[in-house]
Formats: sequence, C-alpha cells, structure tokens
Amino acid sequence: MRHMTYKKREAIAAYAFLAPNFLGFLLFTSIPVVLSLGMAFTHWNIFKQPVFVGLENFRSLLWFHREGGRTVANDPFFWQYIYNTVYLMAGIPIGMAGSLIVALMMNQKIKGIVIFRALYFLPSVCSGVAMLILWKYLYNADIGLINKLIEIAGERIYSSPLIAIPFTVLCALFFGAVALGVVMAVLSLFQYLSDKARIPWPDKLFHFLTIVAGAAIFLITGVYGRSFYAGLSAFYATPPDWLGTVAWAKPSLMLMGLWGGLGGYNMILYLAALQGVPTSYYEAAEMDGAGPWTKFWTVTWPMISPTTFFILVMSIIGGFQGGFMTANIMTAGGPAGSTTTVEYYLYQTAFEKFNMGYASAIAWFLFAVILILTLMTWRLGGKVVVYE
Amino acid sequence: MNRLKTGTKVALYAVLSLGAVSMVVPFLWMLSTSLKQPNEVFTSGGGINLLPAHMLWRDGVIGGENIRAWWGNYPDAWKEISFFRLYLNSIFIAVVGTFGQVFTSAMAAYAFARLTFPGRDKLFFAYLATMMIPGSVTMIPVFVIMKNLGWINSYQALIIPGLFSAYGTFMLRQFFMGLPADLEDAAKIDGSGYIGIWTKVILPLSKPALATLSTFTFMGFWGSYMWPLIVTITEPLRTLPIGLKYFVGQHATNYTQLMAGSMIALIPVLLLFLFNQRYFVEGIKLSGIKG
Repeated sequence: MRHMTYKKREAIAAYAFLAPNFLGFLLFTSIPVVLSLGMAFTHWNIFKQPVFVGLENFRSLLWFHREGGRTVANDPFFWQYIYNTVYLMAGIPIGMAGSLIVALMMNQKIKGIVIFRALYFLPSVCSGVAMLILWKYLYNADIGLINKLIEIAGERIYSSPLIAIPFTVLCALFFGAVALGVVMAVLSLFQYLSDKARIPWPDKLFHFLTIVAGAAIFLITGVYGRSFYAGLSAFYATPPDWLGTVAWAKPSLMLMGLWGGLGGYNMILYLAALQGVPTSYYEAAEMDGAGPWTKFWTVTWPMISPTTFFILVMSIIGGFQGGFMTANIMTAGGPAGSTTTVEYYLYQTAFEKFNMGYASAIAWFLFAVILILTLMTWRLGGKVVVYE
Repeated sequence: MNRLKTGTKVALYAVLSLGAVSMVVPFLWMLSTSLKQPNEVFTSGGGINLLPAHMLWRDGVIGGENIRAWWGNYPDAWKEISFFRLYLNSIFIAVVGTFGQVFTSAMAAYAFARLTFPGRDKLFFAYLATMMIPGSVTMIPVFVIMKNLGWINSYQALIIPGLFSAYGTFMLRQFFMGLPADLEDAAKIDGSGYIGIWTKVILPLSKPALATLSTFTFMGFWGSYMWPLIVTITEPLRTLPIGLKYFVGQHATNYTQLMAGSMIALIPVLLLFLFNQRYFVEGIKLSGIKG
C-alpha cells in the first residue's frame, strides 16, 4: 500500500515537472500541426472566415492542366522554386567534402591550430543579417570587393601578352583537369556499379575511356583556345553582376554558403569523429603497409561514416527549408525568381498575400518531401554506414 | 596521426593560412569600409582603396573638403538604426527566452530521465517525433494563435512560443540519464523532495550541459529572423536583425553606415564566442552524438 502511494506520488511529481513544457508542446506544436493540416484544405485570407475547398489547394499547387494542346503546371512558379531549392542544395556535398578536408587538416598536431580553428569558425558565429549585408556589398557589381579585385587582376594580367598567354594556358589546364576529374569520377562510379551488378568491365576499357576523354578535352581546348582567351579576358575586364544575373545568382549564393560553412558546425562534427577513431586502427593499417590514401579510405572513411550520414540527413532537412534569409535580405528572390526557394515562396504566400490555406498546403508538401527523403536516406544509410 | 614531415607541415600551414585569410578578409573589408568617408566607397573604375584615405581623430578640413573623424560612422549608425532600442529588445528577448527554455526543458528532462510514470516512453517518443516537423508547418498556425490571443506586435509573441523545445528536453534528458544515482539517493535519505533533488543535485551536476544549451538557445534567439519579422509591426518592438534589415531597405547605398551598423551588431556575438568557445564546440558535438 505504501509502495502504491509512493509510485503515485512520483507520477504526480513527474506530471508537475512536465506540465509547463507539455503545455507549450501542446499549444505550439501539436495543436498547430492539426490546425495546419486543416487549413491546407481551406481558402483563407486571415481577415474573413475560412472556406473549406477540399483538395483544391493541392490541385493548384501540384497538378497540371491542358492549355493550347500542351500540359502546363497549375502553378509553374512553384516548380521553378523547387528547382531553385534543389539546385542550391547541390552545394551540400561540396560543402561536406570541404568541411571534411578542413577537419582532416585541423586534426594534425601542429602549433597554432587552435587559432586556425577559431578563425575558420568565425563566419558561423557571425552568420545572420549582418553577414548577408556584408556579402551583398562584396558581390556588388560596381563597388564590391570581389569585382574590384577581379578588375585589378585583369588589368595586370592583360597588360602584356607575356603574362596573359601563360595565364590563359594555366586556366585552360585547370578547367581541363576539373573536367577530366569529373569524367573519371563518373567512370569510377560506373565501374563500381558494374562490379556490384557483376557485369565484367575490364580495367583496360576504363583506361581507354579516360585517355579518350583526356584527348577530347585537349583537342577541344586547342580548337576553342581563341574564344576561351576572349571569354576569359572579357570576364576579367567586366566581371559579372553576381547577384543580378540569373546565371550567376545561385552559384554566388552557394559560394557564400560554402565560405560560411567550411569551418563551421559540420567541420567540428567531423573533427570530433576523427578524434574518436582509435589510433590502434591506423597502426594496424600501417603494419599492413598502407599509405595515407589507403588508410583514409579503409579506416577513416568507414569510421566516420555515421557522422557523414548524420550531417547529410540534417543538411537535406535544412536545405529544403532554407533560403529564406538570403532571399529576403539579399535578392528579394530575384532576378526573375531565380533565388526564390520553397520556403521564401511559403513566406510570401502566407505573410505578403495572406493566403493561409495555400501556404499551409506548401508547408505540408515540404513536410512530406522531407519525411520521404529522410526515410530513404535512413534506409540507404543502414546499408552503407558502419557502426562500431 | 603522428609526426609530420617538414615539407608536409609547410604545405599544411600554407593551405590553412590561405583559408584563414579568405575567412578573415571579408570582415576586414567590413571594418575598413566602416571607417571610410561615405563618398570613398563609390570611387568607380580602376583603383581600389583597401584602407580609409583619412584617419582623423576629430572632424576637420583637408584640402577644402570636410573630413569626418574615423569613428564618425559609428555614432551615426547607432542613432540612425536606433541601436539602443534594438539592443535592449534583443537582449531582453534572448535572456528571458533562454532562461525560460532551459528552465522548462530541464524540468521536463528531469521527469523523463529520473522519474517513472505511466506513458513516459510513449510521450518521450512523441517529443522525438515532433523534432521531425519542419518549422514552416507550425509557423502559420502559431501566427494565427498569436493573432487570436491579440499578441501580434508584443513581447509575448516574440518570447513565449520559443520557450518550449523538444530538442532542449531531449539533450538534457540524455545528460541527466548519465548522472550517478548515488547522490540522488543520498538526497532522498536526507529527506529532499523532488524539487529539492532537482535544484540541489541534478541542476548543479549538469552545469556544463546547461551552459551548452543556454549558449545555443541564446544564439538561436539572438539570430532569430523570420519569426520576429512576422510578428512585429512597429519599430519599438524590433530586434537587432529586423532593425538592420529595415535600415538596409531604407538606406541601401549608405555602405559606410551599414558596415558600421553590422560591426556593432556582431560585437556581442563575437564576445560570446570568445568567452564560451568551449560550449559552442561541446554543444555541436552533443548534437551529433546521437546520429
């Protein structure tokens, strides 16, 4: 009997401790989720009564109609914004690779590494409105630091052909190497996949294709060398309006994100993971005569795969909901909607047009996509990730 | 990872320094611009002035031109952007919000980690599940709730929805689970109630975790942008990020003042980082452990 009352007392205490948080949880998470789902099936501009319209919002958002013999999306802008969001998310793997490389460098025991770590983390600490204002200024076409530096470099380089021609050749070599690298990566992927599918794919074929690609790139640069020179010098003479042109706006934002994220949260996560790899594993690999490259791919990479997986999942979740601040402060979603993400569209729909029902439908679409992608990554992760 | 060859070391330093320079240069450019004369920014064509042309301690005249003191943009920005009010709002909201969130999270975490009650695991699972819900799903209905409560354009709207965090509860619960039970038992024998155990045993033992969560929560409130933008209408309620944004909207080309204002806005975060660097790193590691 005493035991019962003790248990009861503990339960009552527990509920009391939970009460404030649970109330908030109910009021600001649970009830809103239900409300949001309900709102997605209404037309509602906040000032009048909501009208139930069934699936109308989702039909306008996701469906198509025939127009002049062609199939047209009911809301073509929405698909453009999804494209923008996915495009910007292409920066995620690049950023992750960059963070890993920085973490590998930071993991070395050399003097002054603490200072480097703090400096690399600086952009993450200062992220926010002030940082975006600064970048808008840096990217300014006429007075921004980036274009000023490009112009000055251009003047120096193209003042004499003695510098200009070797420079052009160097640039061509660089682009060629990057192109060849991409080709080789794709070929390796094919090789890996055909290995898995047990389709014979002789090494010779791989080498042959690599050589063909290299020769092709060499020939192309040779043939188009003159236009390459002209294009490069034009770029240095009048650098682009980074945020003001459709072609450059998204890469510019990605570069900014890369700068901000390189030494940030992901780097610290990677660093912690690297420090958690037992040294005995490396020693064992060294005994087997493994060099640094082999050691990385056989020890480090599998050992940090849970971290890679975690960062990937979080980045995907974050990426789909991203782009509001940059659009709101730097570009207003432009030029021509090229930097409007789904999140910014949702904000505009809800709080500029006060179209609450439609905005809720967008939110639920976002939710569904994030959920599916996370579950998919989870499934895939279960096969690839190595847990100790 | 043991001793490196000198050549590797030199290469490593070179690459790291190059990266560090690219990290710092934008900030130096910001600082330099904030010390320039307003018209210096617009020297179009050819040259570039990396440093301010004049550095006078007091306003003066050089070559018939009025030149302002090097620090002149700062008081101007301070007045133009009404930073005092913005700072007051941001600090008030961040401090109250952080304290509240850590408080409610620590309470709930204690119940989840240290007490048994019917439905505990199911409820905890529900908490975990809500961490998956994107903020954009709840944002609109919470706005509607605020509107119906008459809280739009009030401190309540800026603070109260942020007081409850599933993430904070989760993080502290994990930490509380790892605390030794002996001290708790000793306190029980001494006749402490649940509140006594919570305040005298659990909280003091969890200082690092509480500091970590506080740092993160504070940063979250301090940098919060979308929500304050939605629920504030009039100037007196604006926070630092919102005030800066409106200043950009009105004086888009006043770069010297803009950069001075941005510098002023960044200083507190930089100080927080300098003194709490450990908690930043710990907090990030904690967030990744359960991956």
